[in-house]
Amino acid sequence: MTIPGWIRRSGAIFLKELTQMRRDRLTFAAMLAIPVIQLVFFGYAINSDPRHLPTAVHAEDSSPIVRSLLHGFQNSGYFDLSRTCDALPDCDHLLSSGEVTFVIHIPVGFTAALVAGRRPELLIEADASDPVAASSALGYAESIVSSALRNDLTGSLAGLQVGREPYGLVIHPRYNPEKKTQYNIIPGLLGVILTMTLVMITAIGMTREVERGTMENLLVLPARPGEVMIGKIAPYLGIGAVQTVLILIAANFLFGVPFSGSVEILALGLINFALANLALGFSFSTIARTQLQAIQMTFLFFLPSILLSGFMFPFRGMPGWARGIGELLPLTHFLRVVRGVMLKDASIRDLQTDFLALLAFTIFVTGIAMFRYRRTMD
Amino acid sequence: MSEFAIDVHGLRKEFGGKIAVENVDLQLPKGEVWGFLGPNGSGKTTTIRMLSGLLSPTAGTGTALGYDILTESEEIKARMGYMTQKFSFWTDLTVRENLEFVARLHLIDDVASVVSATIRTLDLQDRQDQLAGTLSGGWQQRLALAAVTMHGPDLLLLDEPTSGVDPLARRDFWDQIHRMTEERNMTALVSTHYMDEAERCDQVVYMSRGRLVAKGTVAEMIANSGLVTFRADGPGVRKLMAALKRASGVEHVAYFGAALHVSGTDRSLIERTIGELRSQNIEWREVVPNLEDAFIALTQKAGVAGERSA
Repeated sequence: MTIPGWIRRSGAIFLKELTQMRRDRLTFAAMLAIPVIQLVFFGYAINSDPRHLPTAVHAEDSSPIVRSLLHGFQNSGYFDLSRTCDALPDCDHLLSSGEVTFVIHIPVGFTAALVAGRRPELLIEADASDPVAASSALGYAESIVSSALRNDLTGSLAGLQVGREPYGLVIHPRYNPEKKTQYNIIPGLLGVILTMTLVMITAIGMTREVERGTMENLLVLPARPGEVMIGKIAPYLGIGAVQTVLILIAANFLFGVPFSGSVEILALGLINFALANLALGFSFSTIARTQLQAIQMTFLFFLPSILLSGFMFPFRGMPGWARGIGELLPLTHFLRVVRGVMLKDASIRDLQTDFLALLAFTIFVTGIAMFRYRRTMD
Repeated sequence: MSEFAIDVHGLRKEFGGKIAVENVDLQLPKGEVWGFLGPNGSGKTTTIRMLSGLLSPTAGTGTALGYDILTESEEIKARMGYMTQKFSFWTDLTVRENLEFVARLHLIDDVASVVSATIRTLDLQDRQDQLAGTLSGGWQQRLALAAVTMHGPDLLLLDEPTSGVDPLARRDFWDQIHRMTEERNMTALVSTHYMDEAERCDQVVYMSRGRLVAKGTVAEMIANSGLVTFRADGPGVRKLMAALKRASGVEHVAYFGAALHVSGTDRSLIERTIGELRSQNIEWREVVPNLEDAFIALTQKAGVAGERSA
């Protein structure tokens, strides 16, 4: 059996790229280390449910009940009772300077009023300049108070329980909202990291030949545009696969992200998505004249990918025009695939629109690349 | 099939409205080695790129190896070896890897043995595992020659292959070119600035300001230049330089060691000038103009003509 010429020529370019890649140890190492570093950085850094927020206590009353109340706050994990303030101006200063996010005020005679059944008021001042940071902690404040008090208001004081409804006994909820954030972030990061590394590495692929003066040589050798493209992107498909495995392992072991769906569907989605990005990068490199331009084009594409794909902000929260742009980006569709498969056990039918969108994108940018590939030096 | 390896007519190339090459006719018989001469920027590289299919001509027609240069450049590329002016192989691949890559693209069946044979022929054994980027100029040029001849091309286009290479390496290079053209009946067009290399060619063509202005053997070129050259020897001869440059009939004066070569195309004028400048201690005698004299005269003549037509 004879192997067709186009496969042999694509293979020649593939081997050349592989050898050059292997020789460029720094880039090679970076391509494998970057995903892991980014995952660890962003996986731990991006968190819409922050905990251990510094809190000051302004206590004008002291009793076992107050102490157990404060213990309740401390033990919730959301409030870190690191400071106390005796005078109100001091409390204000702590809050306005950002040293604390919350001030808990226990008024004079709180315990007495509580025992007497006069429903004393407990004030929590919050620094709401970053609403995200404060909101979830505040959301738990009420249940913290009620369940802290429940432990003390027993025996003859049982009748004084503040709320009649039974509150959850545990302050710490069973479903962990913190983990939920990362369930969403980590699969998304897989898409973001693949977008960045694969688009950029192929975007500089042809411009590097031009800048090093080897393009003239490549053009007089009998290799057709499609063969050059296949040979140039194939090694990076392999790199993408390795990156994916690294990220999925880290997702599981570092962040405990569950994998509820089918590996096959995810693999199919990944191949589709990687090809879309590689083809895009290759078409960038047929348009850009220098490596710097190619990198600039990559970033021009990367920013909307992060902001409008639903990675950073909820897709449904965006206005229609922004969603329209988002629908054109491969990352948007890949995020639905990867989150769908990993978290919701989505089937191929559930995801067929996204698969088709990825395929259409790949075909479109490949067309641009073939049209733009310069077969002469004109 | 044509008896010419290259047969082109009226080639013209414009870059953004600026004419780089105009009205180039070239018929290069099979099996011959032709030199391609002319000053920097005269259009030699552009012409070679059009012949190799790297640039599409703005106007003109022709064939290389019987294939149309406009429509069949893939066929030409498969049968041609083109060596670029600047080293354009992959500096982060070894000598062997570069050759293997090229061999695979040419669909050579037994890559390893063909590459090994090429490495032996061009005496690259000791450097085959060296990165191409770390080779000296002479070895890079040898690698390039190996790479462009490995697939047994019928036509070689070499763009200043020996610039920046020492004389010994240049002589080796030309020995290889002649050996290959004889063994394989290969045709070669070699651009160069070196007069001794031009003299190794069957014929030379001379390009100036985008046009081919002269063609023939070296002897013909000298004869056709119509140049008369006198050599002045003696103490203080160099002081005559300024006066000679202004003198009528003298088209060009050049230092030749301690002597001067004074050339012009009008014998009577130049002889009168020499008569006026004759003095006791300077000896004047007529010499055969060398190729360099002829080329400098050609360049100046083309320059004057170009200015007139401009």
